[in-house]
Amino acid sequence: MNFFKDIAWVDAGPIEAIPAPGARQLRTSEGNIALVKTSSGDFHALQDACPHRGGPLSQGMVYGERLQCPMHGLNIDLHSGEAVAPDQGCTRTYPVRVEKGRVFVGLSAIAECGCACAAAA
Amino acid sequence: MKEKLILVGNGMAGIRAVEELLAIAPGQYDITVFGEEPHGNYNRILLSHVLSGEKSFAETLLNQRDWYAGHGIRLETGKKIVAINRSRRQVIAADGSIADYDRLILATGARPILPSVPGTHLDGVLTFRNIAEVEAMLARAQSGRKAVVIGGGLLGLEAAWGLRHRGMDVTVIHLMDRLMERQLDAPAAALLRRSLEERGLSVETSAECQALTGTQQVEAVRLRDGRTLPADLVVMAIGIRPEIELARQTGIACRRGILVNDALQTDDPHIMALGECVEHNGQLYGLVAPLFKQAKVLAQQLAGRGCARYEDQAQATKLKITGIDLYSAGQFEGGQDCEELVMEDPGLGVYKKLVMKEGKLVGALLYGDTANEGWYYDLIRNASDITELRPNLLNGHGNIGDAGHGAHVTVANMPDDTEVCGCNGITKGMIVQAITGKGLFTLDEVRAHTKASASCGSCTGKVEQILAFTLGGDYNPTAREKPVCECTSLSHAQLRKAIADGHLTSLQESMRALEWKTPDGCPKCRPALNYYLISTWPGEAKDDPLARAHNERVHANIQADGTYSVVPRTWGGLTNAAELRVIADLAEQYNVPVKLTGGQRLAIPFIKKEDLPKVWGTLNEHGMLSGFAYGKAVRSVKSCVGKGLCRFGTQDSLGLGIKVEKLFWGAWTPHKFKMGVSGCPRNCAEATIKDFGIVGVDSGWELHVGGTCGVRVRATDLLCKVASDEEAIEHAAAFLQLYRLEGWYMERSSAWIERVGMPYVKQRILEDEAGRKALAEAFWEAQAHAQTDPWQARAESDAPDYEYAVIEALEAA
Ligand code: SRM
Ligand SMILES: Cc1cc2nc3c(=O)[nH]c(=O)nc-3n(C[C@H](O)[C@H](O)[C@H](O)COP(=O)(O)OP(=O)(O)OC[C@H]3O[C@@H](n4cnc5c(N)ncnc54)[C@H](O)[C@@H]3O)c2cc1C
Ligand code: SF4
Ligand code: FES
Repeated sequence: MNFFKDIAWVDAGPIEAIPAPGARQLRTSEGNIALVKTSSGDFHALQDACPHRGGPLSQGMVYGERLQCPMHGLNIDLHSGEAVAPDQGCTRTYPVRVEKGRVFVGLSAIAECGCACAAAA
Repeated sequence: MKEKLILVGNGMAGIRAVEELLAIAPGQYDITVFGEEPHGNYNRILLSHVLSGEKSFAETLLNQRDWYAGHGIRLETGKKIVAINRSRRQVIAADGSIADYDRLILATGARPILPSVPGTHLDGVLTFRNIAEVEAMLARAQSGRKAVVIGGGLLGLEAAWGLRHRGMDVTVIHLMDRLMERQLDAPAAALLRRSLEERGLSVETSAECQALTGTQQVEAVRLRDGRTLPADLVVMAIGIRPEIELARQTGIACRRGILVNDALQTDDPHIMALGECVEHNGQLYGLVAPLFKQAKVLAQQLAGRGCARYEDQAQATKLKITGIDLYSAGQFEGGQDCEELVMEDPGLGVYKKLVMKEGKLVGALLYGDTANEGWYYDLIRNASDITELRPNLLNGHGNIGDAGHGAHVTVANMPDDTEVCGCNGITKGMIVQAITGKGLFTLDEVRAHTKASASCGSCTGKVEQILAFTLGGDYNPTAREKPVCECTSLSHAQLRKAIADGHLTSLQESMRALEWKTPDGCPKCRPALNYYLISTWPGEAKDDPLARAHNERVHANIQADGTYSVVPRTWGGLTNAAELRVIADLAEQYNVPVKLTGGQRLAIPFIKKEDLPKVWGTLNEHGMLSGFAYGKAVRSVKSCVGKGLCRFGTQDSLGLGIKVEKLFWGAWTPHKFKMGVSGCPRNCAEATIKDFGIVGVDSGWELHVGGTCGVRVRATDLLCKVASDEEAIEHAAAFLQLYRLEGWYMERSSAWIERVGMPYVKQRILEDEAGRKALAEAFWEAQAHAQTDPWQARAESDAPDYEYAVIEALEAA
């Protein structure tokens, strides 16, 4: 299966425009995305809505491979989009690639989140 | 394309489901709501109070039209859906309009049952279900005219009381031998009847209506025993029946209600239903609590979280007649294998009955004293073992004040099932279990694992008492000897000392030198570390915005909808026409309201993040500075008018308030720091609940410290009296500096004083004069580096604006 085949990549600008460890809000035709850069320079893209009450994750504090929602403090794993235990819930993640100093985020054709709540649906 | 969701029934259950859905999956569906009534969603429960005149209709509105618009919901009021075309997935309204759906929710509620007697068509015969009917009743409810209410259940009695309150002569006719027989036993019903009769209502039990008579307009009610009661208005309240016409015609499986499973699915996979129109496990509904639970489940299903299931619970009823306290839950009638505990005091008008079965509480009936209803409900709902509680069951459990005061009552005898945190539904048992099961030691840990006290925080005191009780000798309320967090083994005290001793001035350097276990720390240690750095080495340490809590990083409070509030300084609470004009102009320009804050200032809420720099640009241009309303910093200085204006004023509190705020603003503190200055002991500026309060007396100023009125209320301790403004300011600076250097990050001055004790504070500030002067001096030095307006600084910097600008994706790359 060619996972990346149908992905529409959008250009999210130069890599240095995102502070590290930090995040910025990316506006796309498929909604807002939290574009995250960790202190080790990795990028992650998550739907900009906390599974708790929809808080803007792009405004949260990034630390290690996690991010804390600014609203009520839920912690999200940047790789899976899942809330860190003991909290529950998950947010969608998007693929990211870096090319010639620019960040690209892949929209569409993404499987739903991989956590238990989706599997049960 | 988003999936299309249609809701039929713009009522309490349906709209709650939409609200729950928006909360967890905003924007997932394209939503349309059809409602037969011409209004937005209102609180039907409160119709009783609209009828009695205790509330206006406007006060019952739950969702106004702009709420729907604001969430992108299409609202079609006054449109009854008359057909569903299931194969084409369309609904058809009475006016012929058609709409497509992918998912359909039926929430059509219930309708009143009419008795099969002649005359129900006459003018003046009404039911009690919606606002139109209440208005029709009110049109006839003239004082002195006669009303007959048929049905002595909850609804009938509330209607009767409302009409009585409007001055009508009201008789209630009830078929059974006692009122509210579904909720009350004979003794409670007798007490209720007595209270109603004392309020001027006539009650006829064991009475059956045979016909309504009149030509065009109803004139009388004829009873089966031959009597005739004259009536200008007749209200029918004998019960309700699920509104299932639409579903039935469409062929959706129905019995008494629309049949739904635990996922609230009908037999058509595209159609769900909830509210009074459904039947679940043979159960019908007539109260909102279970419907709101259904709404939660339904929303989770729609959001794709398929694991949510609806389960029935014991139902509880309260009667909403002012001055009558009545509560009924579960199986109040007893029966085989049941035991009853009864307490009756007819003189006081109190009756309590608890029904037990196999060591569990299964029903409660309370009349006149309903103080413990919540506790009993929890016991019933959770089927708790009550053998141990039995001796005290009727008396109720000792109430613990929310703030955790009233130490004479301990949490020891609080039952495990008592709900401690109302916001999150967390019981004592759940907290104890988390503490023992997961080895928790601190309030923060309990918050993280259970969410108890993590929302409004009003139960913090209770949670701390439970911690203390559960851990016994192991609990240390401040627990600061423990490591700051999992990223380090250092405690707050050790961390601060290491920064001072090692002359550490930056975050990265400190983490490296102090062997942090994680690369960036975490949201707990990063802000603490940053604070210890800048307070220990003012002007020298590098303030790291990425280590600041969100609100401090962006210099504004994020609000529930993701917008921000802007709160400029209002020196001492005094403003002027020019400043008001700037604020008014901004409010007009951004089309937002202006809010008077509890700290005596004007706030401009609902500003989008990207607009913050522009709003502050304008404010700065007119000399207005940030109020630091978001920060662990010196906040507002609240002041009364004082001697210059007030006939009682002994000192110029307004003058000193402004002076103090101008000297102290901008200082970063372990937690927020609030000040107040009152002109005399009447204390209109509430200075004795501030972190630092100044109260004028004839001979000078009284200085008070360590007050707060937030999550917990604590009045200040008196520090001393001084004669002049200068002395007051010097003491304030010294006190603030001591707290800045010795309070732990996130510890209010009140908590700090309780930790170190007032004698220590007095010794440092009063007894050691040279020490005081040195502390004050150190504070002024730190201020020289601190008094920068973050917005001004931002405007003058040429660093790129990554914080406030959003990135627009370049599509089709
Ligand atoms: C705007 C204001 C409410 C209002 O509209 O009146 C307000 C708004 C908030 N308060 Fe407050 N507090 C406001 C006066 C108060 C007061 C009254 C006062 O200052 O006289 C108190 C009790 C006094 C006290 O602090 O002892 C108060 C006790 C709290 C607390 C509990 C603090 C505590 O130690 O118990 C919090 C939570 C916290 O700080 O952790 C809080 C937190 C908040 C936050 C910042 C919640 C947050 O973290 O986002 C609220 C931001 C709302 C928003 O959308 O902007 N607010 N808050 C008031 C701003 C005053 C000002 O001009 O700066
Ligand atoms: C006077 C009064 C007092 C009450 N007091 C209490 C109380 O104290 N405590 C308590 O828990 N409960 C109380 N209730 C009951 C509570 O109001 C109901 O349980 C609740 O409103 C039911 O919600 P629902 O959404 O199922 O129905 P509703 O709130 O009735 O909403 C259904 C809506 O659907 C509309 N509708 C129906 N068919 C169609 C159609 N085909 N097309 C378009 N729209 C349609 C109706 O017009 C109505 O607006 C009281 C009720 C009344 C009338
Ligand atoms: S402003 Fe303060 S009291 Fe009001 S809701 Fe927010 S935190 Fe609670
Ligand atoms: S919205 Fe994210 S924690 Fe509440």
